[in-house]
Amino acid sequence: MDLRVRVNPITCAGHGICAELLPERIQLDEWGYPIISQDPMPAELERHARQAVAECPTLALFVLEGSDRD
Amino acid sequence: MPLSKDIAGAFGTCEQTVGPGRLLPTGPHRAADLNQHLRAHGPLPYQDGPKLIAAAGEAGLTGRGGAAFPTYRKLQAVLGGEPPVVVANGAESEPASAKDKTLLLVSPHLVLDGLQLAAEAVGARQAYLYVHRNPELLKSLRDAIAERTGRQLDRLAVRLVEAPARFLAGEKTALASRISGGSALPRFNRPPVSERGVGGAPTLVQNVETLAHLALIARHGPAWFREVGTPAEPGTMICTIHTMDRPVQVIETAIGTPLRSLLPLRAPATQALLIGGYHGTWLPTVQAAPLPLANAALRPLGATVGAGILAALPASQCGLVESASVVRYLALESAGQCGPCLNALPRIAGALAALADLRPEPHMRANLLRWAGLAEQRGACHHPDGTVRFVRSALIVFAHEEHCHLQGRCSATDSRPFLPVPGIPPGHRDWK
Amino acid sequence: MISAESGVTLWHTSRATGMFSVWLLSAAIILGVLVNQKGRLTGLPRFGAEGLHRNISLLALAFVAVHVLTVVIDPYVNTSVADVFVPFVSSYQPVWSGLGAVSADLFAAVIITSLVRQRIGHRTWLTIHWLVYVAWPVALIHGLGAATDLRSDWEFGLTCACVVGVGLATSWRLAAAIRAVPRGGRATSILAEIHPAPGQPAGRPGSPGPPAGDGPPVTMHRTIP
Repeated sequence: MDLRVRVNPITCAGHGICAELLPERIQLDEWGYPIISQDPMPAELERHARQAVAECPTLALFVLEGSDRD
Repeated sequence: MPLSKDIAGAFGTCEQTVGPGRLLPTGPHRAADLNQHLRAHGPLPYQDGPKLIAAAGEAGLTGRGGAAFPTYRKLQAVLGGEPPVVVANGAESEPASAKDKTLLLVSPHLVLDGLQLAAEAVGARQAYLYVHRNPELLKSLRDAIAERTGRQLDRLAVRLVEAPARFLAGEKTALASRISGGSALPRFNRPPVSERGVGGAPTLVQNVETLAHLALIARHGPAWFREVGTPAEPGTMICTIHTMDRPVQVIETAIGTPLRSLLPLRAPATQALLIGGYHGTWLPTVQAAPLPLANAALRPLGATVGAGILAALPASQCGLVESASVVRYLALESAGQCGPCLNALPRIAGALAALADLRPEPHMRANLLRWAGLAEQRGACHHPDGTVRFVRSALIVFAHEEHCHLQGRCSATDSRPFLPVPGIPPGHRDWK
Repeated sequence: MISAESGVTLWHTSRATGMFSVWLLSAAIILGVLVNQKGRLTGLPRFGAEGLHRNISLLALAFVAVHVLTVVIDPYVNTSVADVFVPFVSSYQPVWSGLGAVSADLFAAVIITSLVRQRIGHRTWLTIHWLVYVAWPVALIHGLGAATDLRSDWEFGLTCACVVGVGLATSWRLAAAIRAVPRGGRATSILAEIHPAPGQPAGRPGSPGPPAGDGPPVTMHRTIP
């Protein structure tokens, strides 16, 4: 429940796979780069969030757990 | 669009200082002199780390690089881990700012004193002075450092590192990258530079003016520092002042000084004030004129003092042409690493340039606002945020001018460029 | 005791799995370039192409494993497990087997690093991943050398198709790399596309003094290219 998803904008190359795997929280802008919602993550989305992080071709996406500083 | 003038590199045209001569001596600027420095300020008072950090806290010293972050907290942030690295950041990078160069030419020993004191306070093992590549300045600094070494004033050897002439070269992650041997391109700030910076070590980055203030606080104490300025924002700051048809002035003044005593702010002769540099904010003259130079008064209007850059735009110039010129420069200065910044800024620049040229693009306003919204907070550094802030304020303050341009006319009577924007050779790629 | 018939079967199996491995590796490389260049397979979402690349690579791994196993247990060739991974020490066809070992090692490195990708970080993973461009031709040459014949036309044809496919994919990838503007120059090239500035001076970096008669002198640093 304390999970947050963030992106490293330098590493991100705009593949857009994250938006396909976590469409409830990630959308793409007109250039293909992720817009990530700041809404809290319900437990049922956590698995999808972690999958999106694992499948990013450039490993630009990462998660922050409860106590991690933003 | 009128051609932007290139920036001259002559240092002899420094204006003389007005105001409390703390960092910059009153009267015409003279070159640095160690003996004169020691006579005027006394010996370098090395002291106990916690004592210095506490003094910085009591004095209420905040960063003079633009962000105004409390200095004592920055000092504390690098404690407790491996021995940190301390960097004096003199790469001001803003074409419109001359305060750091001036300070380094005129009072380098105050800066170098502050660097030694900060290094001692945090137990640093390496000290750097980071400045733009400029032969006269570098020579002057090397001489100053050598003289101090000769007299065994410095406990930690200071290494001079050259920064490329890029707008982002002074950004803290770009600085850490450059000093570590790479190019001066911003990096993702996780972990922050205060944890892993130069060579992977915790790094303290302080603007050169902040260090100069620290050197004086160490000598005279926090109460002395608070004798001028405001209770919330004590001390003095150095400003760079741009007025049409006058030489650029570098002035040290107490924070809280009325803006109108620093530069001409009479409507309608002056139409707007740019405060905070090219990541700053335009304010209409009538709104700016009664204000003091203090964040407490400026923040409610969406502005900050930043690094003390003030420019009074005369009514004879076109605010849109000036703004378009600046935004074009800012777009070209993007590091090109983050998709939103790289895509939005050139488009914004193009739209503004077209508007300035009296050939506005269709759906210009809607596009500008959308691109601005997409750029904000989606880069690794604050370049897109600062640029968008400048653009939004320009669209507000020059709304009347925009209306004229949309009807195919410009109300300016003078096509000479006002704000300094460096000419960039095509294909300029040097980031080292 | 392994009979002569099973020995022949082992040889057929080893030959067949070896060939399938090359075909699957070729498909994996082509898909890898597709993912890297953000291409799309019709009807499939982006993560589908990426998943396909990964699964085909793992399938190739399975076939390589069987291929290697059949070679090792085959009594007619004296190949030990060490010979599989240490190149050029085998007594049977040292050169061709050696190339097979090299290819197996490189491929193993790529697969292993991909499985622990999140732990080693993107840059390390990417550097090792590029080894596929070496592993593939080495595997192909190993196959052409070690397999004493390409039995039928369709096997030959399919292998040629793989060579063409990987060749095209590699060229595509190389061309993209050559065309790519380095980070520091991207802003300039995008702005030039969007809004070429008419009458912009062709670079006057840092004049030595104030511009004559053109506004007030300024105290600024030089813009040195």
